Amino acid sequence: MDAIAIISIFTLAVFVGFEVVSKVSSTLHTPLMSGANAIHGVILVGAIIVADHSETNLELGLSLAAIVLATINMVGGFVVTDRMLEMFKPKKNVNEKGGE
Amino acid sequence: MNSTLYSLIGLGAGVAFILALKGLSHPKTARRGNLIGAFGATVATLSVFLYVTPPRDGSPAHSLPLNNFWWIIGAILIGLIIGVPAARKVEMTQMPQLVALFNGVGGGAAALVAIVEYLNLGAEATTAEVIFTVFTVVVGCVSFSGSVITFMKLQELMTTRPVVFPGGRFVIAGTLAAVLGTSVWVVTALGTTPLLVLAALSLLFGVLFVLPVGGADVPIVISLLNAFTGLTVAASGYVLSSTLLIIAGTLVGASGTILTRLMAEAMGRSLFGTLFGAFTAKPQEASGSAEERPVRSGSADDVAILLNYARRVVIVPGFGLAVAQAQHTVRELADLMISKGIDVAYGIHPVAGRMPGHMNVLLAEANVPYDQLAEMDEVNPTFGQTDVAIVIGANDVVNPAAQTTPGCPIYGMPILEVNHAANIIFLKRSMRPGFAGIENELLYDPKTMLLFGDAKASLTKVVSALKAL
Repeated sequence: MDAIAIISIFTLAVFVGFEVVSKVSSTLHTPLMSGANAIHGVILVGAIIVADHSETNLELGLSLAAIVLATINMVGGFVVTDRMLEMFKPKKNVNEKGGE
Repeated sequence: MNSTLYSLIGLGAGVAFILALKGLSHPKTARRGNLIGAFGATVATLSVFLYVTPPRDGSPAHSLPLNNFWWIIGAILIGLIIGVPAARKVEMTQMPQLVALFNGVGGGAAALVAIVEYLNLGAEATTAEVIFTVFTVVVGCVSFSGSVITFMKLQELMTTRPVVFPGGRFVIAGTLAAVLGTSVWVVTALGTTPLLVLAALSLLFGVLFVLPVGGADVPIVISLLNAFTGLTVAASGYVLSSTLLIIAGTLVGASGTILTRLMAEAMGRSLFGTLFGAFTAKPQEASGSAEERPVRSGSADDVAILLNYARRVVIVPGFGLAVAQAQHTVRELADLMISKGIDVAYGIHPVAGRMPGHMNVLLAEANVPYDQLAEMDEVNPTFGQTDVAIVIGANDVVNPAAQTTPGCPIYGMPILEVNHAANIIFLKRSMRPGFAGIENELLYDPKTMLLFGDAKASLTKVVSALKAL
């Protein structure tokens, strides 16, 4: 890939990454960390690509291990983040239950 | 599928990740944001099965399906079988260490991807590709082994105190030098052995890097390793010519760095001090004399009487509350006090629990109304007018040593100033110090009353005593 194109993508992504999380209340730090963690699980895409490229047993073995780990990271990450956020449900519900 | 469509899907997934992070930054949109991220990741994963990346030598790509298709499917299923139940069943109190572990395996995956691609390319790899490979292997391995150590610290499989041994700083510096030296070796010599040596040294460095970090600083390290893993994903995106991986990895790297800084600020720590404290830290001995000093302990009835005549009460929940699963009982106590006309608020320290915002999650789980949760800056000025502060299973976040004792490990961390309240009640299991392992002077204060026992059992007794009054 063209070096300038890569540097451009990288630089813009850095700024977007800074901007989107610069004003987050500490309440959401944990879910945000967990969500970002799940996003880097997309390395699964890379693991699948190298599994396709693999020519030796060693390469295939390592890339399958990478697929297992990446799947755990991605799917587990999104599921646990959702469980955390489920608890921040609309307040109406909370008050109804609170008054029981 | 042609390459244009494949690239556009990758771009779409990148946009989904930006929307996901944006959504996760606001309480109302957080859940939707996470789902958008999950959707983007799923679509991106499916698209890989429909497009074969052509080989670098310019020959045409093989036809679908992917080579090793069933192996790939099997590995994904194994990942699902391990990951989904772990994420569904984990107790909310143990969630920080699960996040640490998920992060670690992501770093490990990125390192493996880089190693396989390196083995595959062999001598065809350009110098730039080798440099990015080296970066991914080093940082991915550090993230993996470092995360395993943070997991063990949080799970209390090992001591939560800083692990410092004589000459430790020389060992760490030596390992780092060896990692850098081997990196140069890999770039110049190009071989499998140097790369595997590099991976082993990096794993070792990850362990040494995290061992000296004290318990209270572990969340900062998890967040930093999370950012690291993001960068390794971006670097492997370069080697694999995947725009999607570059965007996703860089986003996580950048936002993770900001998040790490925000957390360090909330804890009043300099990032540098946290990470390189290892080079200056000395093994600490707890002073033996402190254990024998007198404390004032009371019964549940004493506590109930104190509460009954209070006008304003602030509850300071800590991780001990969550461990005892006492969130529901504490809400019951708060409701009872409110029905008696007492003004009740929860004072939430930004890092109460094991991670920033962890306590809010735990209390939300117990249906505590959101408007009763007061953040530190809000509640601190009111302690002067507070009759009773009840500290439940918290210690470090109310320890005045953070303001008065320069040189103690938590010095400079903002605290909840419960020492300004007229009366302080500590619910504790024992006199054992907090996660950071520091003695708390407040326990010996004459206006402090201690109620020993399991937080849930103690609270239940207080509730029934208060009802009887």
